[in-house]
Amino acid sequence: MNAAPFIERYGLIGVCLTMVAAFGFILPHAFLTWTNFAVLLASQSPALLLALALIIPLTAGDYDLSAGSVMSLSSMTLAILNVWHGMSIPWATCLAITTGLVVGIVNAFLIVYLRIPSLVATLATASLSSGVVQWASGSATISGISSRFVDAVIGDRLFGVAYAFYYALLAAAVIWYVLEFTPNGRRLLFVGRGREVARLNGINVARTRSGALLASSALAAMAGVVYAGVLGAADPSSGTSFLLPAFAAAFLGATSIVPGYFNAWGTVFAVYFLAIGVNGLSMIGIPLWVTNVFNGAALIVAVTLSQLARGREEIHGVE
Amino acid sequence: MSSGTALSVERLSKTFGVNRVLENVSFAVSVGEIHAILGQNGSGKSTLIRVLAGVYAPDPGGRVAVFGHRVQLPIGGRELRQRGMSFVHQDLGLIPHLSVLENLRVAELTAKRSYFINWSREREQAEEALARFSVDLALEDRVSRLSLVDRARLALVRAFELVRFAQMRYGSPGLLVLDEPTAFLPRDGVEQLFAMMRDIVARAASVIFVSHDLDEVRAITDRITVLRDGNVVASLVTADCPRETIIRHIVGELPERVLSDTRRKRTTQVGSVVANVEGTRLCGTELTISNGEILGVTGLIGSGYEQLLYHLFGASRARAGRLILGGGCIELVSLTPRRAIRLGIGFLPGDRQGASGIGSLDIPDNLFMPRIERFFRVGFLRRREMYRAAQTLVERFDVRCSDPTTKLRALSGGNAQKILLARWLNLAPRLLLLEEPTQGVDVGARRQLTEAIRSAASAGSTIVIASSDHQQLADVCDRVCIFRHGSLVAEIGGGELSRPYISELCYSDARPHRRGKVPE
Repeated sequence: MNAAPFIERYGLIGVCLTMVAAFGFILPHAFLTWTNFAVLLASQSPALLLALALIIPLTAGDYDLSAGSVMSLSSMTLAILNVWHGMSIPWATCLAITTGLVVGIVNAFLIVYLRIPSLVATLATASLSSGVVQWASGSATISGISSRFVDAVIGDRLFGVAYAFYYALLAAAVIWYVLEFTPNGRRLLFVGRGREVARLNGINVARTRSGALLASSALAAMAGVVYAGVLGAADPSSGTSFLLPAFAAAFLGATSIVPGYFNAWGTVFAVYFLAIGVNGLSMIGIPLWVTNVFNGAALIVAVTLSQLARGREEIHGVE
Repeated sequence: MSSGTALSVERLSKTFGVNRVLENVSFAVSVGEIHAILGQNGSGKSTLIRVLAGVYAPDPGGRVAVFGHRVQLPIGGRELRQRGMSFVHQDLGLIPHLSVLENLRVAELTAKRSYFINWSREREQAEEALARFSVDLALEDRVSRLSLVDRARLALVRAFELVRFAQMRYGSPGLLVLDEPTAFLPRDGVEQLFAMMRDIVARAASVIFVSHDLDEVRAITDRITVLRDGNVVASLVTADCPRETIIRHIVGELPERVLSDTRRKRTTQVGSVVANVEGTRLCGTELTISNGEILGVTGLIGSGYEQLLYHLFGASRARAGRLILGGGCIELVSLTPRRAIRLGIGFLPGDRQGASGIGSLDIPDNLFMPRIERFFRVGFLRRREMYRAAQTLVERFDVRCSDPTTKLRALSGGNAQKILLARWLNLAPRLLLLEEPTQGVDVGARRQLTEAIRSAASAGSTIVIASSDHQQLADVCDRVCIFRHGSLVAEIGGGELSRPYISELCYSDARPHRRGKVPE
């Protein structure tokens, strides 16, 4: 009886460990190596940043489908400014994040001011910013980003793991702090769970939702910056393919650590759970399509188990 | 009136938990009759209508027969359709996002067994239906864009059509049940509705008409059944009954009225709240409430009293008006809930799960929602402190729960309401606005809530309660203001306060203490 909440909380970590053990048993020399894990941890950091970006507006009850495109937009902005115009990395990073914020402002205006459903508004801005990326880049990958920047993201290591991992971890810690330990984080939750109740309790609903959308865009832009560093280049079409797995991780994350709530650490474990599964399966030599099946099946199984455990409550944060 | 019985109800009872809201109710509606069901809020008429509509299953033992056929209880949807029983409920039951056409034809479309919808035929039939009752609506308009009046008209046409459909298809004369259909209709809309009712009765259908408006009931109905506290207390022939008699049956015996002014004197209290409000349904209404006073506001549905609290809190925008509170003067037009809370106003809406509390969150989150920043110190929200503070409040208000991490929706209605009331009392508001504070709450919790409200008043809070529960108003309030057609028409206090007297004032035109601006 008392074990049930514990299992629900930490079940995902348990499954992660089981999976590591299983793949380690099958492939002790390829999978179970520090290099493999170091690469896995660092290479997933853009995906993790993107998933973390999504849980902010999800907590406030809004979808941000534009986050993937914002990620492409910012990495492309950085690459164009740095490679084509020779701008220094700090400035290019600032401008890249600014482009993300611009999309965030447009989202907030459409959703909060014009009251367009977030699903529709962000779908539109997603398509729009993808178009801008293709126009600006001529639909080509831009490589040759400053090697010092690449080193700062993926080259230099701390405890054998590239810095990129720690950037994502830092973002997770910040989001955890904001959602759990600040009044604004709680207000975000109140707005997501009961907009009218929040309004009648003196919470500025418009400002809260706008803030969430801006934060999500800014964080997605940071994901783009890190992604540019990981690749050493900017790929105009990557963002959209990141979006759905990021949503999967966000919902999967809401089934663990703080079950029933979108939460930072749950999202971290969800991202790595999916990555370990895909990594192990591909090492065994299972064809590529299985990874998609794995992502989808993992989400369904996790959400179903969580739903059963919680007596079929609604999944919150969804309009 | 033709002979025969359209609806016969025998010994129908309904119990919710320990509450018996209908007790052996028996009455009959003749074919071709317009039959009124009257009673105060809580008299059981909504429950009766819901049993007839098949929403509730009554207690075993009752019998319902429609046009001589005994029906299985609870009544099923198919049976209702075949017997031609059609309902217009207070909320009208329209689908706001669909068009007039779709709403009008929804019943036929769902009953249809073919896979193809011939839209041009549907349009024709819809046009015909609207024309039959000379209702002028564009078929393509979305219902959400219609005015309240047009929505009511549409719902009525649809209900009338269902009866006609049953007459043609199943040969059943049909029975139309109208639950407060006139609350939002203007004068000429009411006339039109009456014409529609006479028209359908002329075609052998019967109508059950639930209304608070005695003038309307007297104008259109043949017979009246009066419910009080779940019992049928009178069956009357409308033509034989003066207004006074009907009111007497609805409200019960009046106690000896104290005619001298026995309003509680509050000269010892200093300070007051003055409000002057004008809203969509409220004409300029001026109220002065002393500190520490508990004021009740009430009236019939649609009389405007139910809007007052929303305007005073800035939850819905007033047309004009101001609030003088603690030396400051606030323009209501620019008031928002956020500002209202800063000014020391608290508001507990009647919609407990939708507007008042969040069921999926735990007790501390619900308790401290308006001022959560109080627990934010040295960069961290002190969660443990929140739980401790919640525990103290839980004990003080005697909330029955295993521990404060319980989700609000896991609590019973009474316990949830204690939490929501505690939220505002904890802020020691200057002005506390409560809408139906004890609705759907068991007797024990009701007493505790009342206690809590009283002690807040004696601690200096000014309290306004909007309620349709006249017994509760009589029990709790120092003074009660009664609204009719958007205006304050009566004000009683002290020894005059009794449930029957308040109810009588809601129904009658008598204006014992006329005050404030009352535009005619």
